[in-house]
Amino acid sequence: MTWWQRVWRRTQMEEQLEKELRFHIDQHAADLIAGGQHPDEARRQARLALGGPEQVKEQCRDARGTRWLEDLWQDFRYALRTLRQKPGFAAVTLATLALGIGATTVMFTVVNGVLLKPLPYPDPSRLVAVHGQTETWNVALYGQQNLAYYDFLDCQHDSRLLALAGWLYNAGTMSEPGEAEHVEEFQASSNLFSVLGVPLFLGRAFLPEEDRAGGAPVAILGYSLWQRRFAGSPAAIGASLVLDEKRYTVVGVTRAGFRLEDQEADVYTPIGQNTAAFMQRRGPHPVGVIARLRPGATLVQAQADLALIGHHLAEQYPDTNKERGFAAQPLRVDVGDAQSTLWLLLGAVSLVLLIACANVASLLLARAVSRERELAMRVALGAARSRLIRQCLTESAVLGLAGGALGVLLAAIGIRPFLTFWPGSLPRVQEVQIDWHVLLFALAASLASGLLFGLAPALRAPAQKLEQALRAGARTVAGSSRRLHSVFVISEIALAVVLLVAAGILGRTLLRLSSLQPGLDIRNVLVTRMALSPGTLGNPEQIRAAWKDVLERGRGVPGVQSVAMVDTVPMREGNNQLGYWTTADVPPENKQPITLATSVSPDYLNVMAIPLLKGRFFNDYDRIGSELVVVIDDVLARHAFGGQEAVGQRLWVPDMDSKPVRVVGMVGHVRHWGLAGDDQAQVRDQLYYPFAQVPGPLLRRWSELMSIAVRTSIDPLSVVAPLRRAVRGVTGDQVIYEVRTMEQLAGSSLARQRFLLMLFGIFAGLALLLACIGIYGVLAYVTSQRVPEIGLRMALGASARDVMRLVLGQSLRMIFVGVGVGLATAFAAARVLEKLVAGVRSTDPSTFAIMISVLVAAALFASFLPARRASRVDPINALRQD
Amino acid sequence: MTAKSDLPQGTLDLLILKVVGLGPVHGYAIAQRLQQVSRDVVQVPQGSLYPALHRLENRGLLAADWQETDTGREAKFYRLTRQGRAQLETEAASWQRLTQAVGLILRMAEGGAE
Repeated sequence: MTWWQRVWRRTQMEEQLEKELRFHIDQHAADLIAGGQHPDEARRQARLALGGPEQVKEQCRDARGTRWLEDLWQDFRYALRTLRQKPGFAAVTLATLALGIGATTVMFTVVNGVLLKPLPYPDPSRLVAVHGQTETWNVALYGQQNLAYYDFLDCQHDSRLLALAGWLYNAGTMSEPGEAEHVEEFQASSNLFSVLGVPLFLGRAFLPEEDRAGGAPVAILGYSLWQRRFAGSPAAIGASLVLDEKRYTVVGVTRAGFRLEDQEADVYTPIGQNTAAFMQRRGPHPVGVIARLRPGATLVQAQADLALIGHHLAEQYPDTNKERGFAAQPLRVDVGDAQSTLWLLLGAVSLVLLIACANVASLLLARAVSRERELAMRVALGAARSRLIRQCLTESAVLGLAGGALGVLLAAIGIRPFLTFWPGSLPRVQEVQIDWHVLLFALAASLASGLLFGLAPALRAPAQKLEQALRAGARTVAGSSRRLHSVFVISEIALAVVLLVAAGILGRTLLRLSSLQPGLDIRNVLVTRMALSPGTLGNPEQIRAAWKDVLERGRGVPGVQSVAMVDTVPMREGNNQLGYWTTADVPPENKQPITLATSVSPDYLNVMAIPLLKGRFFNDYDRIGSELVVVIDDVLARHAFGGQEAVGQRLWVPDMDSKPVRVVGMVGHVRHWGLAGDDQAQVRDQLYYPFAQVPGPLLRRWSELMSIAVRTSIDPLSVVAPLRRAVRGVTGDQVIYEVRTMEQLAGSSLARQRFLLMLFGIFAGLALLLACIGIYGVLAYVTSQRVPEIGLRMALGASARDVMRLVLGQSLRMIFVGVGVGLATAFAAARVLEKLVAGVRSTDPSTFAIMISVLVAAALFASFLPARRASRVDPINALRQD
Repeated sequence: MTAKSDLPQGTLDLLILKVVGLGPVHGYAIAQRLQQVSRDVVQVPQGSLYPALHRLENRGLLAADWQETDTGREAKFYRLTRQGRAQLETEAASWQRLTQAVGLILRMAEGGAE
């Protein structure tokens, strides 16, 4: 019989045990009677010989080995019964716990999906990213270095331990089928899908012979584009599309939700068919490389393998590859600042859960104290101390699990609405789901909470002074619980201080940041990316003419005051960074100061309303052939020339030209990195150069990056439709995309701070509320325990005012200790915020002062009610109560 | 009359196994038999007999079923399982070795005193 059978057949076993022992006694008695004893005496002796039947039964049950389970079941039912007896208590604790665990579970679900889950490819631990390495490359600034296409091909060919696949991000205009549309494109090596281990949804991957110059033009559709433009029809396979003037035949469709580098592309084309000049040289390194370890290979071996290949290439092509090596790292998605945001929020929400636990613990403790007599009685009747502790813990575990179940329910409902509040786009958002990791976390959180808030009441349950407890009732032992209660209140206040101060700091930061000047006039400005007709991109003259045409047509739109071209827009993602020097002996790349470089047309200053401080901005005479000119901002001027006059000086910018460029003007600094981030940005120098002076061979690339900025006299969003029509071009395939107003960009540059403030505000509010409830509950309880004492004091002449002072004094002591402990922690938390959130300055005593006075006021208010009740105690009744 | 001694720790199980090994038997009979065989020298606490029986049953050394006795009443009869028999043999053997060794030491000590 297995143990669970024994549990289920408990009643039967009990009956049999009873029967077995009765048989023994009867038999013994019968023998004694046969030996001449009187029947009554015989039965007496038989029973004496066996010993107490209940003890024997108890020992037999113990021997059966299912004891713990039966006890657990008993405790469980007992716990349910006691909870049902006090529905108010049960509701309050369950709601508190459900909120705490629910909020924590939501945050953990996001952390799990974004940070912890492995990448959504089969066997992701075998995937690696391959990077280039050179001495002068600044990884912190530019991120990891990609590979030259030929270097990638050599690595792919020579590596025995890695299967390498390469990709190149591109964007283009798809002009057929249907309306012209801007699409995101990945050019990929033919083995990309097999290396990732992801089969296509329809059709086939590229063939190796298609992955080279002159191969048949084939394309694979992203699932969304297939749904959108081909109505999800299988007939798409074999259909054709026109991308940047080139006709492709569709051979496959990716699976729904397939992403590379956390991007879902619209179209994939073979990378080998890209014949651009930068692909034919080993100098530029545009290709992203992902690889899978071959069976049996380890990462360390693969790294040695790549190092060897790099060494060979360096010998073979010393001009380009001399100092260049290759390295492999486990593949990860770059989630940017979402990581710190998430850990911050998980930390904050855990504090709320801790407060909730402290609250429930003090409630339980209050109950435990009032049950002291009952427990003492049970100890007197023979219950073991461990048995009582176990029973108390079972009760809190039941509470914790029930609260956890409710919390998971809340989380399941709340997770999607929560994600819509996330500022910008959360990386890997489609992977944020409640899975068994999350459920396991919630279970662990519930049990840990149960243990946390159940331990203190459980440990004090078996009172040491047993006879005292029995004799006197709960009242006289209340004093000993007071210290424990204070500990809970103090920790609640300390935790609330941390959250309040954090929320206060974020609020102050947001106030300060919103009042900052962006350095330009953000009102009535529209910015949009723009793609010229692919047909015009053939030669430089056509490109220049096409842009001129766009600007002119844009100016003609009613409500538009001025139009300009710009490549990198302030406060929008994307920037161009160049090294510069003030003399001809330019140091190596990683020793040069860095500036942001923006390519613009002459009207840019007017559109953005950036103040011109000195000299001039560009005009139509700055063009190819005339002296190369730049305009700098005051920050670069200060860095490069100190106090000297900057206008008229020369700058050496190796990536622009080997000859120096002339500084012709100085403008005000623009908060390119957003209102929040600019002060702490690594690169703040700014330099503008005329688009008209971009050399012909680079024009095509530059045109792909261009946006247009429009200043309007009316609501900027109202010109979007006419502008779209106006710039469509003769062939009708010129498109604008990512249309934003500067006000939107400025607002979203604070979105992260605003979002953090909102959540910290909610958490802090919850913490404050819970802490106040905690203080109120504890004081109300402790004062009610002290009623006879208070009665005595009043009988001896204490006034109502004295009594109030007594109770409030007790509360103030707890509050001040809590604030003290909390302050120390809050200083540390402020440092963390300062490090993780752009724009935060924590050294602001007034924030601390304000938030703490809020807390003290609320806490005093919560203590006021019990204090007043205590002051109205009727001494006669109080003394008689005992 | 000699004074009754308490049962050495852990020997009750061995004795029960030995008695049950002689054939299916109920609890009272086991108590009787132990009393008789030990000629009243060993005090078998009846109270601890049943917990021991249940423990041995739980460990799979004993099996039990309900049978009628000669007097026509139903009683729980215990018998050895295969595992129980093996246990009995090893425990009996080790008991023998132990008592021999203890006896040897005692005799040797007496020899030394002479």
